Amino acid sequence: MSTAVQPEAASGEIQPVPLAARETPLIELQGLSVQFGKREILRDLTASLRGRAIGLLGPNGAGKSTLINTLLGFYAPSSGSARVFGHDIRTETRKIRSLVGYMPENDAFISKMSAVSFVRMMGELSGLPPAAALERAHEALFYVGLAEARYRELGTYSLGMKQLAKLAQAIIHGPKLLILDEPTNGLDPSARQRMIRMIREIRDGKELQIVLCSHLLRDVEDTCDEVLILKQGRIAHYSNLEQERTANKRFLELETYGANRNPADNELTSRDFTGAIEKLGCECAVTGNRIKMILADGVEVRDIYRLAAEREVRIRRLNFRRDTLEDIFLKAMEG
Amino acid sequence: MAIYRRSYASYSGALTPAWSRCLVLFRYCRQNLFRSKLQTGFFVLCFFYPLLCLIGVYLAHNLSFLERLGAARNQFAQIDNRFFFAFVNVQGTLAFLLTAFTGPGLISPDIANGSLPLYFCRPFSRAEYVLGKSSVLAILLSYITWIPGLVLFAVQASLAGAGWTWDHLWIAGSLVLSFWIWIAILSLLAMALSAWVKWRVVAGALLLAVLFFGAGFAQAINGVMRTESGHFFNISYLIATIWKTLFRMDVDLPISATEASVALLIYCAVCLLLLLRKVRAYEVVQ
Repeated sequence: MSTAVQPEAASGEIQPVPLAARETPLIELQGLSVQFGKREILRDLTASLRGRAIGLLGPNGAGKSTLINTLLGFYAPSSGSARVFGHDIRTETRKIRSLVGYMPENDAFISKMSAVSFVRMMGELSGLPPAAALERAHEALFYVGLAEARYRELGTYSLGMKQLAKLAQAIIHGPKLLILDEPTNGLDPSARQRMIRMIREIRDGKELQIVLCSHLLRDVEDTCDEVLILKQGRIAHYSNLEQERTANKRFLELETYGANRNPADNELTSRDFTGAIEKLGCECAVTGNRIKMILADGVEVRDIYRLAAEREVRIRRLNFRRDTLEDIFLKAMEG
Repeated sequence: MAIYRRSYASYSGALTPAWSRCLVLFRYCRQNLFRSKLQTGFFVLCFFYPLLCLIGVYLAHNLSFLERLGAARNQFAQIDNRFFFAFVNVQGTLAFLLTAFTGPGLISPDIANGSLPLYFCRPFSRAEYVLGKSSVLAILLSYITWIPGLVLFAVQASLAGAGWTWDHLWIAGSLVLSFWIWIAILSLLAMALSAWVKWRVVAGALLLAVLFFGAGFAQAINGVMRTESGHFFNISYLIATIWKTLFRMDVDLPISATEASVALLIYCAVCLLLLLRKVRAYEVVQ
């Protein structure tokens, strides 16, 4: 059975910035299945991805890399179809590849080549004339922070530098879509921070869209505005991250203050207040003048305001607790 | 994406035609090949025999000069099909040795370092990759085989006159055809081995083994089974059969040139299959 997934309705504060390319979905999956031998790796995926930066999440073996490789035409779908920028992955592979920059997960380089020759060659293979490829190779290596090391052989690079060189070769030809497969793999914390900052800069530059595949929630949380979670080859969840974070309206944090009362009285009032809330069936925890609560079914925020008004308690702040990506991910995995 | 701006910018300039992109591989591979002094030295060595032949052709047409030196006329070889057949044999052997040096380093580093996905995530197909890599060997081997062969023929033709040229024009065709068949076989064999064996030295040794062990195996089959069909396992014998036929050498051949050609075609097809099986972005592990 196929499951059509669309990002949920907007209600959050930050909206993804619209791009001209949004008119056509970035990636459209229609019952896409991929099979290796008798083993089905991707099962009947149906979704329409339109985000500026889409995170592909899932436990190891969920099919993230297989999905990317299928979109790039490395694996043939066993059934269904997919489109990238409206181009069919079966018939228009060449067109898709000219629009995509790909940074693979594993080591991928030519050891006896200098970084600038390597990136230039990749640019030329993408169709750039030699002079333009050389110019952009220097620029890309400066951009990713390998300016000083660009004449060194790639075989002598550290793991972090190799990752940056891979990023440089992925952007040399000015793609419209950048696919990053585990870009922070094996990086130390500072190198990871740098990589994440760079991905965010590229994303915010609005020149291209990003698909970031990772099993590290933090990386996706830091860089993506939409998330597609895969589980055992199926779509477990697809949503706009910002909307999803604020979708959980049951967990509240209040800061209260009683007018013209000393702090001790205020606390007493708060206790009365929390007692009244608990009578509605909500769970509460009080710390000073802060109350954390989980709303019971059927109880609305206006009921809390009513109780506060009846007890002359001022509510100075009311926040919905934001779900972390980990919460969203775990929820998807449980589902 | 200018350096001073330190920001990403897309590319909107002109693109090169798709057909020309496999030559990019040739350019970069050639740079790598001539990094090795040994390889460069051997490549230069491959031009000595054509140079000697050229001198031989010149001397053969300057008999008065030779007689002044006291040499008898019959001491110098006649410039005919036998002369060019000898040239094909010597340069063919050198081409094989050059392939054993250069061939194994063509694909194995890409597979060992996992760079194939980087080639194929671009508008660049597997066929173009194989074509680009094989063009390295094809162009390199052409420099030492049919190009000097044709130069030699042209020099002989200019010295011998129109009559000789017209009568022996077929030799020029045989030269080109013989060498192109050999180049195609060597390129495919070297690349198939390079794709399947990660270690360059081992791949080079295997290339030698395919030819020498093949010859030994063929002899063993012929001896044990009292047959001539063992020759089908001997690539050097097969190519020699075709060359002898092309140069109209007056010798008895146990297998015909057509049979030898079909056998070599099968070898080429097997190499191509092996190559395409290994040259892919990601290998699916069963």
